[in-house]
Amino acid sequence: MILKPQLKDAKIIGYYLGKVILGLAFTMLVPALMGLAKAEIGPALDFFTGLEISLILGLLLTWTCFVEVDLNWMQGMIVVSLSWLVAMALGAIPLYLSGHWASFLDACFDSMSGFATTGLTLAQDLDHLSFAHNLWRHLIMFIGGQGIVIIAISFFVKGFSGAFKMYVGEARDEKILPNVIETSRFIWLVSLVYLVLGTLALGAAGISGGMRPFNAFFHGACLFMAAFDTGGFAPQSQNILYYHNTIFELITIVIMVLGAINFKLHYHIWMGNRKEIIRNIEMVTLFVTIGATFLITAAGLAQANVYPGAIALFRKGFYQLISGHTGTGFQTIYAAQFSLEWSQLALTGVICAMALGGAVCSTTGAIKMLRVGIIFKALAEDIKRIILPEKAIVVQKFHHIKTMFLEDKLVRAALLITLAYIVLYGLGTLVGVYYGYPFLNSLFESTSAAANVGLSCGITQAGMPAALKATYIFQMWAGRLEFMSVFTLIGFFIAVVKGK
Amino acid sequence: MRAAVGAGLKPAPTTALLLAAAAIMLGLLFFINSEDCFAQVLSSTELINSAKQYDGQEVVYQGEVVGEVMRRPPHAWVNVHDGLNAIGIWAGLSLIQDITYAGAYQVRGDIIEVIGVFHRACLEHGGDLDIHAANVTLKEGGKKSLDCFDSGEVTTAALLLGVLVLIWILNQLRGK
Repeated sequence: MILKPQLKDAKIIGYYLGKVILGLAFTMLVPALMGLAKAEIGPALDFFTGLEISLILGLLLTWTCFVEVDLNWMQGMIVVSLSWLVAMALGAIPLYLSGHWASFLDACFDSMSGFATTGLTLAQDLDHLSFAHNLWRHLIMFIGGQGIVIIAISFFVKGFSGAFKMYVGEARDEKILPNVIETSRFIWLVSLVYLVLGTLALGAAGISGGMRPFNAFFHGACLFMAAFDTGGFAPQSQNILYYHNTIFELITIVIMVLGAINFKLHYHIWMGNRKEIIRNIEMVTLFVTIGATFLITAAGLAQANVYPGAIALFRKGFYQLISGHTGTGFQTIYAAQFSLEWSQLALTGVICAMALGGAVCSTTGAIKMLRVGIIFKALAEDIKRIILPEKAIVVQKFHHIKTMFLEDKLVRAALLITLAYIVLYGLGTLVGVYYGYPFLNSLFESTSAAANVGLSCGITQAGMPAALKATYIFQMWAGRLEFMSVFTLIGFFIAVVKGK
Repeated sequence: MRAAVGAGLKPAPTTALLLAAAAIMLGLLFFINSEDCFAQVLSSTELINSAKQYDGQEVVYQGEVVGEVMRRPPHAWVNVHDGLNAIGIWAGLSLIQDITYAGAYQVRGDIIEVIGVFHRACLEHGGDLDIHAANVTLKEGGKKSLDCFDSGEVTTAALLLGVLVLIWILNQLRGK
């Protein structure tokens, strides 16, 4: 029997949702102030309007639903999944008001793409977008990369046990420090330290590449946020190709890889445990899969003779590949070149890389390295069982911060999430094929959306069908939250309708 | 007689017509080959979608300068947007002296016409799709425009501020 949720549940969810909205509202002050500083009065007004609507909604929810009760697991998961949908709608308001998005759905698409650190965009005339709006596009990647709810936990919540439930709901099942609030603050500390270093490095590279200092550092900050949070937006319509700068590409590769590493591993590296880099199952799997998928991609590019020489092949092939594998989505080629010039084998290599993703407890999406590593370990264990005598006891271990036994429940969980991702990739592919796009292109774009990557082979355009836009929005949302909180929300609505 | 007259009259206009047609065709060919007069401007989509066809060819491309001119003496990168996509132009500094405005927020960039060699995957620039300019002509100057905002949005923002203040006051009263 399904139990119908009570009014009390709705009030608790509403109260904590209101708190998250209030946290989000204040982040709109950053682009609003940037707008005022750059004398962009119209854009600043867009953000003040968005800020006011968010504050009104947040205050109404926290006051009308005021409770002093902590969250249970179901409520925590629903707060997270609803927070992301509400953030999408509120974050889209200033984008839509700018006039650079053809409809509110398009603005919602980019807003979800930003928060979910995907990077697919439907923006029009991006090269004339204001500094304020460009900053917002990249800031929402920074916020979404760390986790929308983590902001509330880190800065707006004084401490409650429900924080951990919301933290888990945002696809972060690993605590770095004993306290979840301290963990959230550590994640912010890592991100902010790298933000300063990354902006300085990219800014210096920009100046050496002929950019004006302010532009170089503004672009540097935006690109750092997009790279470290494995997002993929860029201030100009040509994405990274705009800069025509090898040093820029090298620095962004380093930042993308840093963003794809587990925050727990960052912590251990910061604490001096550098050996963990070569021992950790996620890092080993990441190196192996990068090598394997690059081999496939390079073979495809060489076979089709796409690039004149090994250097061009490596620079273009490896950049798109690492961008896809880390879930970033930076491009140094035009979207049409993927489908018109790259061979099917090369595209397959990039699709595999996108589908695999980076580390758990990082800013990447997709299946993730820990699960891939566990599945391969389990496969190796089963093969050993077949080869060795029946009486032999086979024990499989793996190293992830500490050495652990490979238990069946771990393998089962890894396989279930992998299966869910494969279904999600398939869903978008089917919708794409239904609307007449070629199968491989549909699979490419669908995997890019669901794995929160952002590489595009040209399907994502303002003119694509609204149902396909909605499908990609759903994929970005479900893929970023890793299903559990999305399934809980769906279950909650079923219980509201069918419960007794 | 009629036949003889006819036979005697016919060759003269036919030859004249043939000569005239040949002259027109030669003239057309001359004008077609003259780049300055009739060179066809290609769009970015044509260049990207048919990159293999135009690879290594001299092309004419026109559009708005966007972003900023990135100077790398003795050359510079200029990204030119034709309304569909932007393509990177690698030009000598002497060719781009006339460029004043690059498109950005509230700035309409200069419209330039570029004649140069198109590269599908430029060997010199790590496989970039670009055009190496041989000639750059300023077609239309850019301009800055004043920041403007919708009066309706100002009214909405003011109304929302009123609602926000009202909610805050009500909450303060409820607290008491």
